[in-house]
Amino acid sequence: MVELEGAMVVDAVPALSKRLAAISGPGEKVELDLSAVTDIDSSGVALLSLFLRRMEASGRDVALVRVPERVKRTLELFPFVDARVQEAEDRGSIFDRVGRWAEGIVNLVLHFLVVVADTTWFVATGVFKKRGVRWHVVIYEMAQMGSKALAVVALIAFLVGATMALQSAAQLRQFGADIFVVDLIGISMTRELGPLMAAIVVAGRSGSAVAAEIGTMMISEEIDALKTMGLHPTRFLVVPKILAITVTQPLLTAFADAAGVFGGFLVATFYLDVGAQPFIVRLQESLYLKDVLTGLIKSVMFAWLIVSVGAICGFRTKGGADAVGRSTTTSVVAGIFAVIVADALASLVFYFGD
Amino acid sequence: MVQREYNIVVDKLVARYGERTVLNGVDMKVRPREVRVILGGSGCGKSTLLKHIIGLATPADGTVELLGVNLVEADEPEKDAVLSRIGMLFQGGALLNALTIHENVALPLVEKTNLPREVIDEMVAMKLALVGLSHAHDLTPPELSGGMKKRAALARAMAMDPAVLFADEPSAGLDPITGAALDELLISLKNQFNMSLVVVTHELASVETIADQITMLDKGHVIAEGTLDEVKATPHPMVQSFFGRQGEGEAERRSVLQAFEDDGGAR
Repeated sequence: MVELEGAMVVDAVPALSKRLAAISGPGEKVELDLSAVTDIDSSGVALLSLFLRRMEASGRDVALVRVPERVKRTLELFPFVDARVQEAEDRGSIFDRVGRWAEGIVNLVLHFLVVVADTTWFVATGVFKKRGVRWHVVIYEMAQMGSKALAVVALIAFLVGATMALQSAAQLRQFGADIFVVDLIGISMTRELGPLMAAIVVAGRSGSAVAAEIGTMMISEEIDALKTMGLHPTRFLVVPKILAITVTQPLLTAFADAAGVFGGFLVATFYLDVGAQPFIVRLQESLYLKDVLTGLIKSVMFAWLIVSVGAICGFRTKGGADAVGRSTTTSVVAGIFAVIVADALASLVFYFGD
Repeated sequence: MVQREYNIVVDKLVARYGERTVLNGVDMKVRPREVRVILGGSGCGKSTLLKHIIGLATPADGTVELLGVNLVEADEPEKDAVLSRIGMLFQGGALLNALTIHENVALPLVEKTNLPREVIDEMVAMKLALVGLSHAHDLTPPELSGGMKKRAALARAMAMDPAVLFADEPSAGLDPITGAALDELLISLKNQFNMSLVVVTHELASVETIADQITMLDKGHVIAEGTLDEVKATPHPMVQSFFGRQGEGEAERRSVLQAFEDDGGAR
């Protein structure tokens, strides 16, 4: 901390220059305290500017602190120097900050609930009304969210199924219990991993797409344009996506289940010597319809979460193009997080519900 | 149709973003068939005023009536009825990028009326012809130039034959000739369709050609109101500097400062 005082004008600058020259070389951050500076002119600003540049060259941070209003007005004319002025931090007491943070969370939750409620209302009323739902958009979204994700979902589920079979085989073999790999693959793929893998892929592909689309429309005023035409953005944009994903996500999950079991089947037959026939017989014995249905029901729940999280991230986009990028990132992270939390809760419900 | 004395009545409107007050007690009345220009420097609250009039924002205090209806208190059918009688030309056009120009213009008609498809298509063709975009039906917004986008957006705003047309900085981002042509188009449409026209702008050239009445804002207050001559005669320093008396001196000072900084930054 270095304190400068008096008038930083032509007469005083030579002396001050010597003082500042004494600070050199690398080191910790320098704070120049200007609170006692009464006046400043161009030579004073030039002195600061040179000092800032010299410090920057040797990789040392400088901040101008406690700058009086009068001096600050002069500095504002010179952006290079002005940029180093540190505003007095007034972040309020801890209660203020906690309060503001809590208010933000409450607003977010309320906003989310409004979007969910609007969506539910427009789906419920729209399906039975003429022109209530834009069905051609629903079809388009199904292709986007469903069939285009099929290959990658199937591949990932296949690999997960195969890997799991391989990993568990080593353990099961020690007990001569190779055949139980079938139970393991069948139940875990249909109940847990199929729905989860499909949801994670879709959160990455479609959740982010929803956030990006709505976010872009927010900053280009397209959402405002819809509102002035009397079109509710939720009905117009979110409802078709919800309807589409309600159909496609269980289908994707069913494919993921099948691909995962098939991956396990290949490993079991060719590596574990379980044999194709025993695998299929055992699968029929160990796998109940309930397991598959549980997974499919969960997949619909995940799907709704993914679209609503993407939508809320989109609707909260403010600012420029960079804000869209942030919303997109948030939508993926929050989407996957929501899916996994929901999965944990669902597991509890189904576990104790049995 | 009832003939109202005013299409828009803004009464002591206060608008806030968080703790920042953007509009502080603004009054404005717009008659049918009037061209009202809302004028002011950047950040004076022009666009905010517009958003409050068309119901995109809720006033912190005061009221706004659009075509005799307070949009904040109105129920859905009432609100729909009003919104179907206004058109809004957004600054960047705000056309939906996923749809073609034809679909964009058809959108309000398809969603809000029961007209048969052929009638809608015919109406869209008429509106696109009005703005000189008959060749652009099947193009999408990214394929259009800035001026064409604005004209396509104007066609969409005109789709429902509005009683009031709003325009947010119609000539922003356009070259002076295209901008002037758009102004002319707005005026001729206004005369043909008997609309009120509310234009937000800071372009002096537009103001002089189109304005019947001017509302000039600064720091959230109305500082001058009336015809162009009345506003020019207002002694308020902001008004005077806007209409050029001190404008040149200010511009000169800024350009000198800019040159100074550029020089400093280069070293």
